[in-house]
Amino acid sequence: MSKWVEAALAALILAGPAAAEPLGLGRPALPEEIAAWDMTVLPDGTGLPEGSGDVWTGDEVFAEACAMCHGDFAEGLDNWPVLAGGAGSLQDRRPVKTIGSYWPYLSTVWDYVHRSMPFGMAQTLSADDVYAISAFLLYSNGIVEDDFVLSKENFAGIVMPNAEGFYPDDRPGIEYPKFRTEPCMADCAESAEITKRAVKLNVTPEDPDGRPAGTLPDLHLTAAGTEPPAAETSEAEAPAETVEIAAIDPALAEAGGKVFRKCQACHKVGDGAKNATGPELNGILGRPVASVADFRYSSGMEALGAEGKAWDHDLLAAFLSKPKDVVQGTKMSFAGLRKQEEIEAVIAYLAGFAPE
Amino acid sequence: MVAQRDRCLLGGLDQADDVLSAAGRSAAARRPAAASGAALAAGTARAAGPDPLITEVQPWASEFGDPVDAAPYGMPIRFEDHVVRRNVEWLTESPVSSINFTPIHALEGTITPAGCAFERHHSGAIELSKSDYRLMITGLVDRPLVFTYEDLTRFPRQSRVAFLECAANGGMEWGGAQLEGCQFTQGMIHNMEYVGVPLSALLAEAGVKPEGKWIYFEGADASSNGRSIPLEKAMDDVLIAFYANGEALRKEHGYPVRAVVPGWEGNLWVKWLRRISVYDQAVEGREETSKYTDLMPDGRARKWTWVMDAKSVITSPSPQAPIYHGRGPLVITGLAWSGNGRISRVDVSLDGGKNWQEAEIEGTPQPKALTRFRLPIQWDGSEMILQSRAMDETGYVQPTKDALREIRGLNNVYHNNGIQTWWVRASGEVENVEVG
Repeated sequence: MSKWVEAALAALILAGPAAAEPLGLGRPALPEEIAAWDMTVLPDGTGLPEGSGDVWTGDEVFAEACAMCHGDFAEGLDNWPVLAGGAGSLQDRRPVKTIGSYWPYLSTVWDYVHRSMPFGMAQTLSADDVYAISAFLLYSNGIVEDDFVLSKENFAGIVMPNAEGFYPDDRPGIEYPKFRTEPCMADCAESAEITKRAVKLNVTPEDPDGRPAGTLPDLHLTAAGTEPPAAETSEAEAPAETVEIAAIDPALAEAGGKVFRKCQACHKVGDGAKNATGPELNGILGRPVASVADFRYSSGMEALGAEGKAWDHDLLAAFLSKPKDVVQGTKMSFAGLRKQEEIEAVIAYLAGFAPE
Repeated sequence: MVAQRDRCLLGGLDQADDVLSAAGRSAAARRPAAASGAALAAGTARAAGPDPLITEVQPWASEFGDPVDAAPYGMPIRFEDHVVRRNVEWLTESPVSSINFTPIHALEGTITPAGCAFERHHSGAIELSKSDYRLMITGLVDRPLVFTYEDLTRFPRQSRVAFLECAANGGMEWGGAQLEGCQFTQGMIHNMEYVGVPLSALLAEAGVKPEGKWIYFEGADASSNGRSIPLEKAMDDVLIAFYANGEALRKEHGYPVRAVVPGWEGNLWVKWLRRISVYDQAVEGREETSKYTDLMPDGRARKWTWVMDAKSVITSPSPQAPIYHGRGPLVITGLAWSGNGRISRVDVSLDGGKNWQEAEIEGTPQPKALTRFRLPIQWDGSEMILQSRAMDETGYVQPTKDALREIRGLNNVYHNNGIQTWWVRASGEVENVEVG
């Protein structure tokens, strides 16, 4: 079939459904439904709800809802995204792409925070909170002063520093002419010396034998590969320490459930809870430290477990207060709960989940 | 009765393993270690004695295998346990906003089994049932509509095979060879046969207003992962899919409904699709500004870099698929694809790009789908520096990594379609390297 006929046929087929009369499927979307789901904010601010928020309120909301990953100053803890700084770094070998240095529109910040943050608790922030967080992030990036109040009214007036930093894909003009040439088949290069070796970096996940993870087995040496599935592993060893668990105060536990929302992005509890960024916490009270089999703990946490420590009330309370003081090098990036009553509440809440 | 049968079965297993282990040992003893590269040339292998796997009645030739009710939905046999998706922990802070990699080194043909097809989530794979599913079409349309899953199944539907490649596939290799194995360097890709409704049909149902120029996809998960797509592409070949490889989409691939955007970067293929809105402009959401934009050497960035350019990789031999059998006949095989259409040719070099020969292409390549290529050779047991180079029907030739770096620098992150180099050692082991 010639290219032309193919193209014409394809056009016909495509024109079919597009030009067809509606089938009458679906039903009209109600205004309340559209309002609930169509919350996109466009670069010119279209779609913003009424509301406002100032930098200092934003600082407080950010500390509560965002700082456990992004840091108190939006500097990004561990590998979590850095949201502030990086100005002038986009040509560096290690550019720091932040809201201030990279993002072209403030609408993107508002829209994303409103729809998709905080991580694991999306769509729990009020419009005013989102205005306040956005104001704080503008301040953290040196775009506004500390007395700034962001609102629907002044939103469109904010121009981000890198607004002019983007242009549409120009590969068809720049790259395609270069790469659409008849390739060389013989004597194409003078030399083909090895200049870089991945093996030197040693960053590939490995199998126990030191080969790259997932390396196909050598069928000449298959004895290891033919072992039957391992029998159920023996029961986990009994906790190293017996822990007395006091009766749970239901009101305190309920309050703890609310506090635990700060932890939910990383820790799961309840039916079928699985490890996430942090280990699952069912039966955490009394559980030996670093004892969830398939979770990779920090070496500090492993060491504490090796000492035979278990998560009793006092250890948990101390850890929740200042994680990094209690376990050196812990992977838990959370800075800690400031209020003693929140710590007690969270412990009461967690005490209600038995091991599965 | 049951207990007795179990004992028999266990006894059979034990026996099988004894025999297998013995056979494995004797086989290993009979031949030189393949990894030493001293294996015998083809046709000259002689058995030292009768192979007990042949001369002795094996348990599987005498006893029962599994009954038909053993596995209502089957998993691969345990000997294939290594053929799984894998992630690279240091890449991301949280596995719920992360990526894993398809074991392409261990697969053949072109269709990726769903169970090992890579996953990318921004907020975890959610569980959304067909009965709870709703799809809304809003924005610049004559009739804002809500569809149930059942509504979607009443539209005329189409099927097509398409590759889905993450824009960041190979992103870790911009600065140089980094990860050992094509699962990690090219494995953010899968290729499935989808069945769904053309997006053009859904848009016709709602009636796009003349000022509507862009559509916007949004997922039902907490990340929502919104992306804007020009109306021309939406009307061209985008599918709203609910089947893949003959069965319902897997949860991790967007069950019950996802977007299929052939040839374009995977992030646009929004999963758990809940909203399609028509706008007169791009939304410029987080995933199309702060991410999935390509930083250039002058500090500005390309945006809307949707197309995945022609690319190929030799999947075997490769670091995770070393040559165990020694010199003699060797099948070099790999995958090629282009977001701009069909693969027209794949060349293979055994000497690091000095000389090339045309590989065999399997069947008739389909546009924007994975294509299998193979080159059977006689390996003399000496070192090779393997490369493959894809060409597509537009005449585009897969460039070297250095050619890309010359234009884009080292901070591009996305769209690394440069030629992959494997260093095959005389031992049969393979390394990820670059040559110059």
